[in-house]
Amino acid sequence: MMQNTQSTPRKFSTERLGYAFNTTGKIGLAVILFWAVIAVIAPFITPYPPGKIVDWDYFGPISESYWMGTDYLGRDILSRVLMGARYTVGISLAGVTLACMGGVVLGMIAAVIGGWFDTILSRLLDAFNGIPSLLFGLVVVAAVGSSIPVLILTLAAIYLPGSYRFARALAVNVNTMDFVTVARARGEKTTYLIRTEILPNILGPVLADLGLRFVFIVLVLSGLSFLGIGVQPPHADWGGLVRENIEGLSLGAPAVIFPCIAIASLTISVNMFIDNLPQKIRDRSH
Amino acid sequence: MTQPLVSVRDLVIGAVTDSGRKVDIIRKVDFDIQPGEIVALIGESGSGKTTIALSLMGHCRPGCSINGGSIRLADHDVTKMNEAKRASLRGTEVAYIPQSAAAAFNPSQRIMDQVIEVTHIHNLMPRAEAEVKAVELFRALALPEPETIGRRYPHQVSGGQLQRLSAAMALIGDPQLVIFDEPTTALDVTTQIEVLRAFRSVMKASGMAGVYVSHDLAVVAQIADRIIVLKAGQIQEVGPTREILEKPQHSYTKDLLSAFDPVPFASVKTAEAKAVPPILEVTGLSAGYGPVRSGEAEFKVLDNISFKMEKGTNLGVIGESGSGKSTLARAVAGILPRYRGDVFSQGEALSPDLKDRSKDQLRRTQIVFQLADTALNPSQPIESILSRPLKFYHGMTGAAREKRVIELLDMVQLPAAMRHRLPGELSGGQKQRVNFARALAAEPDLILCDEITSALDTVVAAAMLDLLKDLQKDLGLSYMFISHDLSTVEAICDDVLVMLKGNLVEALPAAHMSQSAQHPYSRLLISSVPKLDPDWLANLEHDPELAKAMMGR
Amino acid sequence: MHRSLQTWLLVAQRLGVALITLVIVSFAVFFATELLPGDVAEILLGQAATPEAVAGLREAMGLNEPAISRFLSWLSGLATGDMGRSYVNDIEVADLLGRRLSNSLRLAVVVTVICVPFALTCGIAAAMWKGSILDRLVSILTISVISIPEFMVATLAVLVFAVWLSWLPALSYGADASNFGALLKAYAMPVITLTCVVSAQMIRMTRAAVIETINTPYVEMALLKGASRRRMVLRHALPNALGPIANAVALSLSYLVGGVIIVETVFNYPGVAKLMVDAVATRDLPLIQSCAMVFCVSYLSLITLADVVATLSNPRLRK
Repeated sequence: MMQNTQSTPRKFSTERLGYAFNTTGKIGLAVILFWAVIAVIAPFITPYPPGKIVDWDYFGPISESYWMGTDYLGRDILSRVLMGARYTVGISLAGVTLACMGGVVLGMIAAVIGGWFDTILSRLLDAFNGIPSLLFGLVVVAAVGSSIPVLILTLAAIYLPGSYRFARALAVNVNTMDFVTVARARGEKTTYLIRTEILPNILGPVLADLGLRFVFIVLVLSGLSFLGIGVQPPHADWGGLVRENIEGLSLGAPAVIFPCIAIASLTISVNMFIDNLPQKIRDRSH
Repeated sequence: MTQPLVSVRDLVIGAVTDSGRKVDIIRKVDFDIQPGEIVALIGESGSGKTTIALSLMGHCRPGCSINGGSIRLADHDVTKMNEAKRASLRGTEVAYIPQSAAAAFNPSQRIMDQVIEVTHIHNLMPRAEAEVKAVELFRALALPEPETIGRRYPHQVSGGQLQRLSAAMALIGDPQLVIFDEPTTALDVTTQIEVLRAFRSVMKASGMAGVYVSHDLAVVAQIADRIIVLKAGQIQEVGPTREILEKPQHSYTKDLLSAFDPVPFASVKTAEAKAVPPILEVTGLSAGYGPVRSGEAEFKVLDNISFKMEKGTNLGVIGESGSGKSTLARAVAGILPRYRGDVFSQGEALSPDLKDRSKDQLRRTQIVFQLADTALNPSQPIESILSRPLKFYHGMTGAAREKRVIELLDMVQLPAAMRHRLPGELSGGQKQRVNFARALAAEPDLILCDEITSALDTVVAAAMLDLLKDLQKDLGLSYMFISHDLSTVEAICDDVLVMLKGNLVEALPAAHMSQSAQHPYSRLLISSVPKLDPDWLANLEHDPELAKAMMGR
Repeated sequence: MHRSLQTWLLVAQRLGVALITLVIVSFAVFFATELLPGDVAEILLGQAATPEAVAGLREAMGLNEPAISRFLSWLSGLATGDMGRSYVNDIEVADLLGRRLSNSLRLAVVVTVICVPFALTCGIAAAMWKGSILDRLVSILTISVISIPEFMVATLAVLVFAVWLSWLPALSYGADASNFGALLKAYAMPVITLTCVVSAQMIRMTRAAVIETINTPYVEMALLKGASRRRMVLRHALPNALGPIANAVALSLSYLVGGVIIVETVFNYPGVAKLMVDAVATRDLPLIQSCAMVFCVSYLSLITLADVVATLSNPRLRK
């Protein structure tokens, strides 16, 4: 080990409050925030109603009045991309939050209680992991029909086992630490152990993991919509916009390119942000 | 005088901290090493001793860099060389023996291939010749089965053997200088002796120069000709071993030495202690891990342990790694439920699992762990850490609790302002004091101390022991003190239990352990503790066969 | 190399777990498709359904049996190769699947053969010169590919190769496959897309596995013995990273399963995935179930393989 770490004074403010990010991380964060804000205020800033056919020409080019061109029916792409942010960001965020909350709570309980509860839950969720995610979405959404709550629940179900596995591994590591043993020897209840001793110490990596899982969910949601079983017309998330306008691809129409750029900007930014988090938060103790 | 083999002038090594700040961790260091001389670098963790030793090979750990000064080794100016030239020195001119040989051996290659790798890299000799030389070295290092040990994989030999094998790996290229980086720190005392002996004899026979990095003065006294005392990246004092030990000049050196002979322990046991029931009584305790089948755990650790502790006395438990001494503390505390035997606290029977004990029973016995780094929740400020037992056991809240937290910090001689800090912002010694204060918060009668001074630097550990003694006088506590270090136990205990492989070997009075020891293992263990006397190892009459038989190696 | 009994026991345990997982997965697949809205008999009879006809068909198809017994007979059918008949075009599912499966497998094999050597070279090189321009370039490229959906990689490939460069046709079938050149062109687009997706994963995982071994004390020890950087990586780090690398290869190949669904749809490639997406559209139950099982089995085999390789490569289990 490096010998100097102990003698140097610890850093203070940055560690407790915000974290110090480098430029790449800041750009990532800015793009993420941009899309989050768009998702909230989309209905107020769309230049045209997203469902309205505004141009007689289809697959129209970029122009003064249609900044991102028009789609296969002649609807304004900019408006549809802005509204699409709502679906893509909203559904993915809801899905990832459900998945991670469920996974983290179950993972911590399994790690602290151990025994048969841990064994059975772990085996079951591992088995669940043996189903490819897009396939699972395809079958379930096809089965019960596509609606936004179904999409959210399905996406959450797909990513809960992974989140569980990750949180459990972290919690098992923390659980063997002496400070948890001390609390246990003091006579503390399981809920106290989970809430006070374990959760605060796995929060950093769990949040980083949430970000990565968010990317996966955006990808699967877009994939489902692309296959035609995601968000249903006339509404469309970004994946759906690509599907609608895929015919324009051979024409090089902007209608298919801009939704793609929107997806890529969001997912790449999240990855950039997570990759540039300070090592301390990112440390993923596998 | 001949030209020195190594001369280091104005050496400055810088490092970049986690927060991106640049600091100098080695500041203007000068020293020489004569051919055939062994020089020790002594200092606490963070003093820069390993950094200096590695820089002699032209190597810096990631994040560090040589920022000034010069290092000359024989005719080579190490600081001015490029990486390829430096690589050509390593193994042939200067060689390295790591702290943990277990980690430094490649797990997927046979030992022989790794030992003779230096001869292959530098094209020193044909393979057959190298193997013959390696076997000779194995023999010189007193390794068992020298002809065949090279065919094994690293995980198939013991830690002490690996450490000697890593010496063979360093010596095969006939370097002029060998760097020993705390090579015995991770070993048990009885193993340490064998390894030290082996090192000493090969170094004497070969006439090579050496740099011996260590925090342990007594170990260094056995092998070094000269000692350099380091603190915070600067040299404090340099002198021949005997001179440093007998006539230290610098105050830090004096502290280091005085930490070695602690004030003899004056028991606070009072006459009326006998009248009350013993504070802890253990009879026929057996404990282990894994499922319990037909009254036996699958992996037995402790077998049939019985002892008694009177109120106000301190009991030491000593033994080497794997002796079960820490498990004993855990079984008493109920963290690892025993499967047989009884534990009584002040006459009251304690159930095996702590879940079945009353809050008051839990409060009376507290446990403090070795590593303060892992014993304190890194996400809680000190105040919350100390407040929790106050609320949990005594229902204290608000201003009264805050006052008590400040009192507790004062008891362990820490400033009140420290309560707002996170554990990560404290030094090792401070963390261990907080760790102890948390146990005090419960107002216990008995504190189980599991190696609580072992991870601390010598001087800090001595201060911690003094604190424990003071607190005992004021609060009428009893300590059960678990340690691998005899001198620690001697300094604070009335009686000592010697443990070996889960069994109680014998109980001895701490004041005269060596005189009263009857069992051969206790004697072996006691005689293996290095003394500050440079002639100790040479004069030691130690039977390696006995050690082997005892430890089953 | 000799393996101890203990190692084989561990491997056997992994295989056992995979088998149990497979049963649970098939259970999930069966009941998920059972949830399909609408009565199958009604769907089959369409508009002309009279209640009597529906009841008769239900009886004939065994739909009145309890779900669990239908599951068991379905499962035993699967095990003996009897996958039932397609509702929509009344062909044996096994026949339908057989042809499509060989198409998909051909695609997978071609992608694997290209991917593995390419990704391993890139991953190891990036790890060996960590922090270099090459490493940074590889990192940026792989993270970009991983961050975007598979259909976007496909879209980009079409834009570049078909629209701008006009080298290749945008769709894979429909074009004639009479000579080798045409065949190559027909395959090129799906293969390029899948290769990108899978290699990006593989490169990242390989790089991480090699870097992890480079940071061990025994590699530092090799440095202190005077070994060159090449020797450190190739002789000390790589042999110990083989297990994790093989694990990474198998795991990344499992991305084929998800990727192939999108790629076959985009390029209209007649493989199992296209068959399944079409079956979902027509609610062809036995076909959906069988296709889903094909995917689950291949996915599960790959992650089990990854697991077994990781177990076997642990040097401490070697005699």
